Amino acid sequence: MSPLLEVNELQIAFGGVKAVNGLTFSADAGEIVSVIGPNGAGKTSAFNCITGFYKPVSGSITLDGKDITGKRPAVIAATGVTRTFQNLRLFPDLTVLDNVRGGMHLYGGQNFVDALFHTPRYRKSERFYTEEAHRWLDFVGYQGGRGIPVRNLAYGQQRQVEMARAMARKAKLVLLDEPGAGLNHSEKQDLLELCRKIRDLGAAVVLIEHDMGVVMEVSERVVVMNFGKEIADGTPDAVKKNPAVIEAYLGKADEPVKADEPAKADEPAKAEGPDATEGDS
Amino acid sequence: MTQLVWNGLFVGSFYALIALGYSMVYGIIKLLNFAHGDIYMLGAFVGFAMLTSVGVIPASMSITALLIVLLLCMVVTGGIGVGIEYLAYRPLRNSPRLAVLITAVGASFTLEYGVSAVAGPNPKVFPIRLEGDSFTVLGARISVPQIVLMVIAVLLMLGLNAYIQRTSMGRAMRAIALDTKGSLLMGINVNKVITWTFFIGSALAGAAGVMAGAYYGKIDFLMGFIIGLKAFTAAVIGGIGNIKGAMLGGLLLGLLEAFGSQWLGGEWRDVFTFGVLIAFLTLKPTGLLGERVTERV
Amino acid sequence: MSDNVDTTRAPRRIGKPASRISRLFESRQLGWAAFAIAVLFPFVLASNYAMSIGTTAVIFILLASGLNIVVGYCGLLDLGYIAFMAVGAYTSGIIAKAWELPILFTIPAVVVMCILAGLIIGGPTLRLRSDYLAIVTLGFGEIIRLTANNLAITGGPSGIYGIPGVDLFGLDLSGPVPFYYFCVAVVALMVLGSARLGKSRLGRAWRFVREDEDAAEAMGIHTYKVKLAAYIFGAIWGGIGGVLFAAHLSAISPQSFVFLQSALVLMAVVLGGMGNTRGVVVGAVVISLLPEFLRDMGNLRYVIFGVVLVAVMVLRPQGFWPSRAYEPEKLDEARKGKRDGGPRPGAPVTTAKGGTP
Repeated sequence: MSPLLEVNELQIAFGGVKAVNGLTFSADAGEIVSVIGPNGAGKTSAFNCITGFYKPVSGSITLDGKDITGKRPAVIAATGVTRTFQNLRLFPDLTVLDNVRGGMHLYGGQNFVDALFHTPRYRKSERFYTEEAHRWLDFVGYQGGRGIPVRNLAYGQQRQVEMARAMARKAKLVLLDEPGAGLNHSEKQDLLELCRKIRDLGAAVVLIEHDMGVVMEVSERVVVMNFGKEIADGTPDAVKKNPAVIEAYLGKADEPVKADEPAKADEPAKAEGPDATEGDS
Repeated sequence: MTQLVWNGLFVGSFYALIALGYSMVYGIIKLLNFAHGDIYMLGAFVGFAMLTSVGVIPASMSITALLIVLLLCMVVTGGIGVGIEYLAYRPLRNSPRLAVLITAVGASFTLEYGVSAVAGPNPKVFPIRLEGDSFTVLGARISVPQIVLMVIAVLLMLGLNAYIQRTSMGRAMRAIALDTKGSLLMGINVNKVITWTFFIGSALAGAAGVMAGAYYGKIDFLMGFIIGLKAFTAAVIGGIGNIKGAMLGGLLLGLLEAFGSQWLGGEWRDVFTFGVLIAFLTLKPTGLLGERVTERV
Repeated sequence: MSDNVDTTRAPRRIGKPASRISRLFESRQLGWAAFAIAVLFPFVLASNYAMSIGTTAVIFILLASGLNIVVGYCGLLDLGYIAFMAVGAYTSGIIAKAWELPILFTIPAVVVMCILAGLIIGGPTLRLRSDYLAIVTLGFGEIIRLTANNLAITGGPSGIYGIPGVDLFGLDLSGPVPFYYFCVAVVALMVLGSARLGKSRLGRAWRFVREDEDAAEAMGIHTYKVKLAAYIFGAIWGGIGGVLFAAHLSAISPQSFVFLQSALVLMAVVLGGMGNTRGVVVGAVVISLLPEFLRDMGNLRYVIFGVVLVAVMVLRPQGFWPSRAYEPEKLDEARKGKRDGGPRPGAPVTTAKGGTP
């Protein structure tokens, strides 16, 4: 069976800079794939191409056999893709529940006629939306207030709400852009659990992450990017030992370097956290 | 036909002067100063006030008086522009777009109806009317006042271009337009530069106002409204944020309007202009000299 | 954060309104109270003048509720909203006179024309960023007015006169008091409609687009179509306002549709509290009646409006009566027994589209 997501020779450039330069990888349903790489490797740009926010110059992206290259984000989302954002893009002045309902727009069975006349379909639909929103908040383990605006929540809770919204999309492909950024250790453990739960639902999970601990523990496969291209693609252990990967993170060494060095070298990048709006990660 | 070209260029130079202010401000703080057209109107009225307070001016002195008033008005309108920036736009520097736009609408309103409350709602006659001989060149009837005003406009535009290209303040303006944060980090006093930008842009619009008053003879408190929209159109045609684009756009718009009115009839002139605006924004929003910028998500 | 509208940067109250006064203002009963005031008003004061400005105020409420959909819910700054009212008024007036129809029969045509106007005006402009959208809608407002001024069919600068009043199945409602009540009834329904739209899936989509367009798009919301829907509903509300306006004055001319009118409707929405139907109604009443009371000030009253607009944007951008983001968390059976912490593990995840739960 062909993989759920297939990215083939993807290319995009900004001005003269080739942010993504011939990227090829795939992700399968029920698999957790991490995309890692030094800053500027093109990871978020690739995500943005897959979700339709950037139009690639060449290459193709296929979801479940359907070509989604260059399509509008809303169309791609409807095909079965959902995402979270590196810099956390919630709907700040709406309630937690409303934010989660944001992921549910594409289903729910209600049109404007129902709304105007408060038909039974409308009432049923509204109840459904509320119940489902509560369920997804439970799914991600959210403990905070639900009827309050999200702008007042703690960062970790906001991240959870964004996850709940993304999951409410009920998509086959779940893209998480640095979901661990800014989380403390126990929150990261919860995140790992959540990724596994999402995988167990049958979705393909692709995450961009800088924290090697998270990556190594939760991924079934790791794709390492550098200069817009994949330089390694395999199990976490295989990738750790890959000389090209070590070189990408550390540069060429005169002496052989210990296999788990890449994790340490990455610490400065982690500090960027949620405020990294500029540049690809 | 050459008459149309000449008329178009003449009106276009007014549009260009006003479009410059729009473009400069947009380039530097990404704000469409909705009240900019009303600065043009203010220039005309301030000029009117100055000239009427002086009393009767002998015809021989009229050009000199006009030039003096022009310079004074430029300073006054420049100051008013700075004032508006300080009171209405600066506090909202970090606010969402909608709030700033609405504020600009409010500022425009205040200016328009403020002038109407002070000077009365009826149109006023400008005390100096430029009279002069006209002669025919290549089939176009050109009058001396038209030449005088065009020369002034061109001088102002050349002066501005030199300022932007050669002085450090001009460099600072260009820097901030490209990268505000970077400019701050390089030690550029962004607030000061923004103030200067508003000053210069408003001064140019005020100059255009005085000249329009002198040429057309009548001024009214709503004259800035349509002109503002047309200047915006000119700025868009040339590529908003681009100084040369504003000049080019202004002249081009003047020409388009001249030919458009000829073709469709005078009463459709403004509709034609707005049609051009919509066409450009739909088909080529970056304008003729603008650049395409991909926004990073 | 994206470029979008987030007009509520000032501190907001979280959770259920605390004081009795606040709860009074937020309660459902307030709507009924307002309706009662409108109904009882003629019993207090029924002179022709009072009925005339009362009707004007009621029509203004309708316009404000329509613009509230565009600006308040969806965050699209429309500076030429009066154009939709003009389309409604002229369509209705022309048809009623040309075919000697009662004005109510023109409503289907008005709705069609407004949908068309919404598509034509919204089509090219809704792809633009907010600053450009504002100026272009302003341009369209002027285009509509100038076109009405230039065409013979719209009566040119003198406009159309002799538009018939409302004739409801033989019941003549053209007198000041009956027409006032007719307007109250129509406007009450339409304001209710706009409030209900706000609380629906579409209304939420509008808000999502307003809050963060990219995030909304990523969640499958086709932002362009959603914005267009806001425009079209706004256009229809405006158009119906135009019909009532035409019937009220029995004569319309391009002068009634100048930018000043668009700006006043905008002020009602902005000052009243964007997105909040009640605030918008109050704002509309204030903005439509205040010029009457301040008539002696001449154009100075508009200066005050301009200054107040700037002041409000600087000091309290969410308006005097902002919409409050709060909803009760219902701890009912739906949350307790039925589920076990989420969708059943192992169940295939699919994208359901449009099916009923």
